[in-house]
Order: sequence, then C-alpha cells, then structure tokens
Amino acid sequence: MGIFQRLAGRPLKSMCIWSLWSRHSSALTAVGRVTSDRALIVTSCQLTQHRYVHRGGLGASPSNPGAAPPRLPFSRVTHDDLAFFRTLLPGRTITDPDLLKSSNVDWLKTVEGNSEVLLRPKTTEEVSQILRYCNERHLAVCPQGGNTGLVGGSVPVFDEIILSTSLMNQVMTFDNISGILTCQAGCVLENLSLYLEERDFIMPLDLGAKGSCHIGGNVSTNAGGLRLLRYGSLRGTVLGLEVVLADGRVLNCLATLRKDNTGYDLKQLFIGSEGTLGVITAVSILCPRKPKAVNVAFLGCSSFQQLLETFQCCRGMLGEILSAFEFLDASCMNLLEKHLKLTNPITECPFYIVIETAGSNSAHDEEKLHNFLEEVMTSSLVTDGTVATEATKIKALWSLRERVTEALTHEGYTYKYDISLPVEKIYDLVEDMRRHLGDMAKNVVGYGHVGDGNLHLNITSPSKDPALLTAIEPYVYEWTARWKGSISAEHGLGLKKRNYIYYSKPSEAVALMGSIKAMLDPKGILNPYKTLPDNIH
Amino acid sequence: MSARVLVGVKRVIDYAVKIRVRPDHTGVVTDGVKHSMNPFCEIAVEEAVRLKEKKLVKEIVAVSCGPQQVQETIRTALAMGADRGIHVEVSGKDYDALGPLQVSKIMAALAKKEEADLIILGKQAIDDDCNQTGQMTAALLDWPQGTFASELTLEGGMLKVVREIDGGLETIKIKMPAVVTADLRLNTPRYATLPNIMKAKKKKIANVKPADLGVDVTSRLEVLKVDEPPQRQAGVKVETVEDLVVKLKEAGRI
Repeated sequence: MGIFQRLAGRPLKSMCIWSLWSRHSSALTAVGRVTSDRALIVTSCQLTQHRYVHRGGLGASPSNPGAAPPRLPFSRVTHDDLAFFRTLLPGRTITDPDLLKSSNVDWLKTVEGNSEVLLRPKTTEEVSQILRYCNERHLAVCPQGGNTGLVGGSVPVFDEIILSTSLMNQVMTFDNISGILTCQAGCVLENLSLYLEERDFIMPLDLGAKGSCHIGGNVSTNAGGLRLLRYGSLRGTVLGLEVVLADGRVLNCLATLRKDNTGYDLKQLFIGSEGTLGVITAVSILCPRKPKAVNVAFLGCSSFQQLLETFQCCRGMLGEILSAFEFLDASCMNLLEKHLKLTNPITECPFYIVIETAGSNSAHDEEKLHNFLEEVMTSSLVTDGTVATEATKIKALWSLRERVTEALTHEGYTYKYDISLPVEKIYDLVEDMRRHLGDMAKNVVGYGHVGDGNLHLNITSPSKDPALLTAIEPYVYEWTARWKGSISAEHGLGLKKRNYIYYSKPSEAVALMGSIKAMLDPKGILNPYKTLPDNIH
Repeated sequence: MSARVLVGVKRVIDYAVKIRVRPDHTGVVTDGVKHSMNPFCEIAVEEAVRLKEKKLVKEIVAVSCGPQQVQETIRTALAMGADRGIHVEVSGKDYDALGPLQVSKIMAALAKKEEADLIILGKQAIDDDCNQTGQMTAALLDWPQGTFASELTLEGGMLKVVREIDGGLETIKIKMPAVVTADLRLNTPRYATLPNIMKAKKKKIANVKPADLGVDVTSRLEVLKVDEPPQRQAGVKVETVEDLVVKLKEAGRI
C-alpha cells in the first residue's frame, strides 16, 4: 500500500508527482505522516530528502525512481510452506543461503534481494502446483531463468520465492521439415543452438548472454539480440506457448502451426510480460535453416553520417543476405583494448561497424560482399575494414561487439540505457550526453543494433554516484520522449525502469495494462514490483 | 637486404569445425566443410611480412600445393602482405596422398628455382600434425634449420632463432640461407584489411606442376584406416561412499 495507490484515480493535473519530478522544477519534501493528499503537492522547490517518510520505509524517490517500493503485504514463508515444497520437490527446494546468494543478485551486481527459498521444478505440473499453493497462501514468486537481465527484473526485491527454470531443460520435439522446435522454458539458448546446428537449423535469435540465458526468459522479456534484423522478433517467431497462470491453471497454447487465426492471440500477452502475467513453461518456435555461408566484415567509418550511408548502401547491395548490422564507437574500442586486451583489427576510426551476411551459396555471397566492400571503399564511406569467412576469425570479430558489455563492467559502475530512436538521431544522444555530463562521467559510450534503431548508451563512473544519476535521469528519458523513442528498446522495464513507462506509453495504455494484470493475477504474486509503474494513473 | 622469402601455406579444415570421419573410413569428410589457412602458416606469413616491413627482406613468395581451391589460401597470404604466389597443382588421388616428403621436395626445388634466401613454414599442420616438412626441406637443401621459432632476428647474414623446446627456450645462430618453422608465440597474425584485400586481387599467382620441378609426388605411404577416437564414456555419480566402493569393485579396480 503506498502513497501512489492512494492517489490512483485522481485527475492527472492535481497529482502529477512523476511529471513534477521529471521537470526538476519542484520536488516533494518529505511531509512526515501523510495527512491529506493535497499536502503532497508541494510548492517548495528544494529537494531536501531522498526518501519518502512513510510507514513501510524506503520507496522510489526523485533521485532514484528505480529503487524498490515498500514491501507489499505478502505472506512470509513458514515451516509448513517449506514442508509442502520439500514434499513436492524433494532435493530441489533450496534454502541454503550460500546457494541462494547467486540467485538473489542480478548479473550486473546492482540489485540484491533476500529470498530464502529457491525452487527448481522439472515439469509444468510442478510449476502449476507451486503457483496454486503460493496463490492460496498469498506468497510472492519471482520467476527466474538464466538471470542475465539488465533491469533487475530477474531477482527478488524482498523475500519472493525464486521459481527457477534451470531443471526444465528438455527439448520436446523438433520437426526438420517445418523447422519448428518445442522445448521447455529452461533450455539454455546456446544449447538449443548447438542442438539445432547438428540438424542444419539455427535459433532465430542470438545474444551475448546465450551461454546462460533460458529461452523462457528470452520469450518473457521479448529479447531482441543480434539477428533481429534478419529473422524478426520473438513476436513473429514464437508459434505457441505453454504458460502457468498465477492461480496454477495451465494454459496450453503450445501450437506448432505457422498460421492459426482462431480467436485472440493470447501468447502475445505473455511475450514480453517479464513474468508478471504468467510463468512460461514451454515454447514452440520457428527456426530458420542454418546458412551455408556466413561472412563477417568489420569496417571503420570516420563519421556517423557515413555510417548511415554505409547502412543504406549495405541494404541495397547485400539486402537479402544481410543478417546483422551493429555498431560501436571509438570509446568502446578503447575499453575493449584496455580491459579485455582485445586488438583492433583495423586502424583507429571514430565508428566501427560489424556486418554479417548469411546465405545459401558462398560464392554468390562473397561476390555480393566484395562488390559492396569495393563500393564503400572507393566512395570513401568506409576508411578501413577487414573480412572473415573462417569460424575462428568470425568469432573474434563478433567478440569485439559482443564483449563491450563485459568490458564496461571493469570500469566500476555502469549506468545503462537501452533506447530506440529514429536511426539518424542515435548518435546525437551520445554526443549530447557527453556535453551535458562533462567531467561528471568517466566514459560515455554508444554501441548497439543500429540496423534496428536501437542504441545502447552506457555511462561509466568509478563507483555509484547519485549526483551523476540525477544529471542523467530524467534528461535521457526526456530526450528520448522528445523524439518519440522508446526508453527501453529490448531490455524491458524490470525493477529499474518500471516508473519510466510513461515516457514511452500513454496513460490509457498503462491503465489497460494494469487492468489486464489485475485480471490475470488478482493477488499480484507474480514478479511484484516489476514492469508496471508503482503509480498507475 | 635483397633477401627473398618463400612461405609455405597449407589449406586445412578450419580449426573450429567438428571433424567427421568418412563412412568408408578412408579419411575425413572435406566436401562442403569450411577450410582456411593453417594457423601456423598464418604465423609464418605474418613473420615474413614483418621482416619486409623492417626492410630486411625484399620479396615474399607464398606457395601452396593442391587443387584449385588452394588459390584462396594463397590470396589470403597476398592480402596479408605477400608479393606474389605460386600454386603447385596437385589434385585428386595425388592430393589425398600428398605428404611432407613430397611437399618438402617441391619446396626445395622452388627454393632453388626462385633463389630464395629464407624459407618460413608453420611448424606443423593441424590436420596431420606431422611436423616434418620444415625439417625435411632443410635436409634436402642441406640448409640449417631453426624449428619451433618463438623469436626471429636477422643479424648480418645470420639468423638468431629462439626455439621453444621441452626444457625451455634455446637460442641458436644459423647462417642464411635457412629454413625456419613458426611456433605459436612467434607473433599474432594481422587481419587482412580491405585495402590490402583489394590490392591482393591484382597480385600474380603462377601455376606450376610438380613434374615441371622434377618432383615425383607418388607416396610411399598407404593409409589403411581412419577411425574416430574412442567415445568418452559418461561418468557415473554415486550418492554414498558405500556405492563408490561397490562400483570400484565392479570395475575391477579394487
């Protein structure tokens, strides 16, 4: 129960707390006990405290809207509960604090919960029984896949029970005529790739976290990745889902049909819902054939404008064989060289592009690629570059893009922003942030899926710096909203970005999301504190 | 220095590819499988290019023996900085049976014909792991050899070679002309950059047959059978010490 809920339903004008915060023009001073709603609308322009004084304690504040709200009144786990779980999942009910530690912390080591129970079901039936029980007992649940999310959505905030898919790792069926794979939600993406490659197919998505992430997690976050340009998003490639709802009901929509227009397409609700509407237990997905010829080119451009023109040329000359178009800037290359000792394969340039082609005929593809490269070299759109056709070299060139995230972790603390913008504006944001932050930031780098209009803006600092955060947010979100971009292109909202949803979605949409959540999970036990804002208005 | 360097480059199945034995057990599957330059040959080419950049060597000639496809490998060497290439045409059954002895005879003949001062080869190929071609070539030419080189310096007409041996590192000085074989730590090969790839298209690759060099490529070896290594058995997990003792007894270990 929070201030925000009490204010829900008020007309926008009279209680725009978030808009007040976002304009930095006035802020709320803690008023001690909340006596009336009107007392919250403050005239003071000074932010004197960073937390709401409110029964329950810490809450999201103007300087840290990503912080958790107070704990909601869920039940706490009792010995009887543990007994039930231990009977249901013998040997797979983890309560050892050492074993729980890694599941309580996110990959970036920026968010930590204190769950005391980790459950590892093997079957959908077990998941169903767990959720039915938790729903009755009013126990909160945090579904967890590979725990590689970047917005704090995959770890508990308080003592939510962690429901891990790590033992649900069986491939169920694969049809090598249609290319349709069905598998449990806990299959690791890389393992699925290896399974498919033996059968001459590949997964339609690929991301740096492939060695750890689970397909269920990928689907529930609508992961994008490096191949989206070619194969589209999970919203197109996922054909069916099996989902367990909050009350334990099993929704079996695991169709393996390419075309099925019978009623509302329920699976689209769950894709990207970040575990807040249901727990995905099985996925059926359409897989493309493994390309016979893969080539990777690593190019250097002297300006972003030339990068964009290279992209247009690339689209024109490589078109149907283009499977990835990624970029990174010189700052990223410096970090890769400094922290991971990787070598720049070409001369130093302000911008680098990774282009991948995938086709069925290596001779044709090489000819297309060489024509394209000759064109961009002679027209000076590209100042230097190299090409790879052998697997080891291809891996080496890709690692220059895939390991930037890792290199950033060595800088200290990273503020990560995953923004969708009109392609021409992408680097303007990076340059603007550099000017805006000046010496406050250690490094401001930009990289990402430029082919999809998706920028990964990262700002580093030797350690967590609240002053830096205040300078970045909400400036970066306002900038994004001004160009009608998305404040979270593919990372999702999780815990950290839930309160920014209004920068990219109108209130009617968010209100409808709230209604759907209330309908599917009336007790709110599925991944609470995530995805939807604390205050739905 | 007006030295000419001969670099041998071999086209092998790419290091990252999973090898499969042919169903008739006569060899491994090569059709449709990704091939690339032997990693040690890349290191050899890189070393030659560095010598040229230091102006210690005037011309680099890349040589490869095999069918039409080895021209790709020679082109890669040209893109890295070699000046011209020589493709020694060997195909079909002759190519399947081509081994270090025939290749070293070819290299020796070419060294004489091209008046080479230095031959740099990879220490071994990752497909046959023979580690013989460099040594045999030196013997046929009666030239000194610096094998497993991890460091190479030219001093006057002499070569100082630091060699990786079991006990550590051995430094020797040998007179040119000589044969050097490259080991892993000699250098890190460069990526062929686009401008060089474009230039390489115009560089010449001469075609020559073994017979033209007076070399007979018939092999004196016959491959009888090729098998996969025995499959590694999965381990067994036991719950208690008693179970462990039982299992060990069953396996006849105790």
